[in-house]
Amino acid sequence: MAHFDENAKPFSNRWLDDRLAINTVKKVLSTEYWIPKNINFLWAMGMVLAATFGLLVVSGIFLLMYYKPDINMAFDSVNYTIMTEVGYGWLWRHIHGVAASLVFLIIYIHMLTGIYYSSYKRGREMIWLSGMLLFIAFSAEAFSGYMLPWGQMSYWAGMVITNLFEAGSLELTGLVEWIRGDYVPGDAFLLRFFTLHVLLIPLVIMGLIVFHFATLRIPHVNNQDGEDIDFDEAARLYKEGNKKESKVIPFNPVFLSKDVFVLGIYFILFFYLVFYHFDFAMDPVNFDPADGLKTPPHIYPEWYFLWSYEILRPFPKDPGLIAFGIAQIAFFLLPWIDRSPNVAPAHKRGLFFWWFWILVLDMIALTVLGKLPPEGIYNTLGTISAIIFLLLGPALILITKLEKKL
Amino acid sequence: MSSRRDFMGMALGGFTALGGIAALYAMKRSWDPLPSVAAAGFTTVDLSVAKENVLNVQKWRGKPIFILKKTSDMQADDRDVVVGRARYHVSIGLCTHLGCIPAYLPAEKLFRCACHGGEFDTSGRETFGPPPSPLVIPPFKIDGNKIVLGEEGPEYLKMKEAGLTA
Ligand code: HEM
Ligand code: FES
Repeated sequence: MAHFDENAKPFSNRWLDDRLAINTVKKVLSTEYWIPKNINFLWAMGMVLAATFGLLVVSGIFLLMYYKPDINMAFDSVNYTIMTEVGYGWLWRHIHGVAASLVFLIIYIHMLTGIYYSSYKRGREMIWLSGMLLFIAFSAEAFSGYMLPWGQMSYWAGMVITNLFEAGSLELTGLVEWIRGDYVPGDAFLLRFFTLHVLLIPLVIMGLIVFHFATLRIPHVNNQDGEDIDFDEAARLYKEGNKKESKVIPFNPVFLSKDVFVLGIYFILFFYLVFYHFDFAMDPVNFDPADGLKTPPHIYPEWYFLWSYEILRPFPKDPGLIAFGIAQIAFFLLPWIDRSPNVAPAHKRGLFFWWFWILVLDMIALTVLGKLPPEGIYNTLGTISAIIFLLLGPALILITKLEKKL
Repeated sequence: MSSRRDFMGMALGGFTALGGIAALYAMKRSWDPLPSVAAAGFTTVDLSVAKENVLNVQKWRGKPIFILKKTSDMQADDRDVVVGRARYHVSIGLCTHLGCIPAYLPAEKLFRCACHGGEFDTSGRETFGPPPSPLVIPPFKIDGNKIVLGEEGPEYLKMKEAGLTA
């Protein structure tokens, strides 16, 4: 038996430390997990995401208590039972819908922050990759959840997206029917996406969040100046009491209190939307029950998928699918197509600054065009924006090769 | 000693892999369409009541089926289903791009898909936009004035051999 104090009071700090090494754990994960001082509110977005995920879980649990995953009952169980009968059922639904939409807004801000400050490279590749896996998992979670109310948009989005697996001229109809468990989306389809949405994907997301946090622990977060901080030296200064001179603060309680402040502001906005503007997260077309014999006049995904949808749309089928495929994996490759050695904010990286803002504007343009009907000038603009997106990859290789070492 | 441990490791690994493969197979099979779904029956439609240039939509295996009686000024096509002297366009009403249901516009005599703007003529051939191929012709059998969807009659097999059904 290991060494331990016979006289420690049960469940006292000493008693727990002897059994669980809680003091070491606390140090490693919180009080001596060092965060640079020179960062701004954009570094709170990770915690905002974690908190929003928490809201999704809690509201989801309550929705689950009345939802019925059956094509004849699903629509009413949501739109009638939960919305009108269940006490505060509307609250859970609106929290769930608003959170599902905002989580993507914050994910995009979080990703673009990472890109702007070069936080995806030189030791931080695993943070980036685990983040991209989270993005994929959240996309799958959002899509499967969108099926559940079994409205017109659920059905037709399900039809169109599962058809992508036919892979164009490869005509993998068998694969599509296997994914659906039917010739068209039906009961089998609804139940399996329900299972994925409420069990499997949330488990994967929780695992990935733990992994994402773990990938941060050794490289530490980047900072506004891309400065390569000597964390051991900075931590020594801080612990000696030279808090002013030290370049870092401990995660807990110092940085966490800043995170909590940003969270507070965020929640004011969040609940304002939940109570007064929840409709932006609910598509009116989805308030018609699914009908396999009537396509709605316009089919479009939720706003956060529009940019990649618009990359699919302007091209003929096969090239469209290939472009779409590239768009899905492009961001995974970022740490390797950026050939420059610099870790610095974009405004110190010359042409990269312009590259960054063209990327942002192009993604906004694709998002707007994805929502407009595919006609006339919109088609042309869509094609141009999609081509610009695809060219941004090779352009980045070139720009970063030419970039001077700072 | 080490070879004995290697053997144990390989035996354990081998059996584990086998079990894993068996489990994957079971999982794959669990997602297959149920027999009741796969055997989903046949649909019989009476063609004699069809009106020219009016799209009749039927349901077969959960999918919409387009039946359009052609007017005399519409281009005849090898893909037409001929019953007596009438010509019909019969197809699965799902866009060959990504599966939306195109709408029939009787005035313009064409099908237009709202999803990404694809268009098809009255023989179901793609004429504009992303659809890569004509509307698919479902297996059918002509039975007097009726058409049975899901059964492969001689007319269908002839079309299929000529590569006209997709
Ligand atoms: C819901 C999902 C996510 C959660 C809960 C989450 C959480 C966090 C947290 C708490 C941090 C540390 C604080 C901060 O810098 O903001 C962080 C950092 C980071 N995350 Fe995420 N994240 C998520 C998704 C993503 C995605 C989709 C990406 C991009 C592919 C990503 C890339 C990064 C990067 C590069 C950093 C390091 C930032 C730096 O070093 O300055 N994360 N994440
Ligand atoms: S699904 Fe008809 S044009 Fe895309």
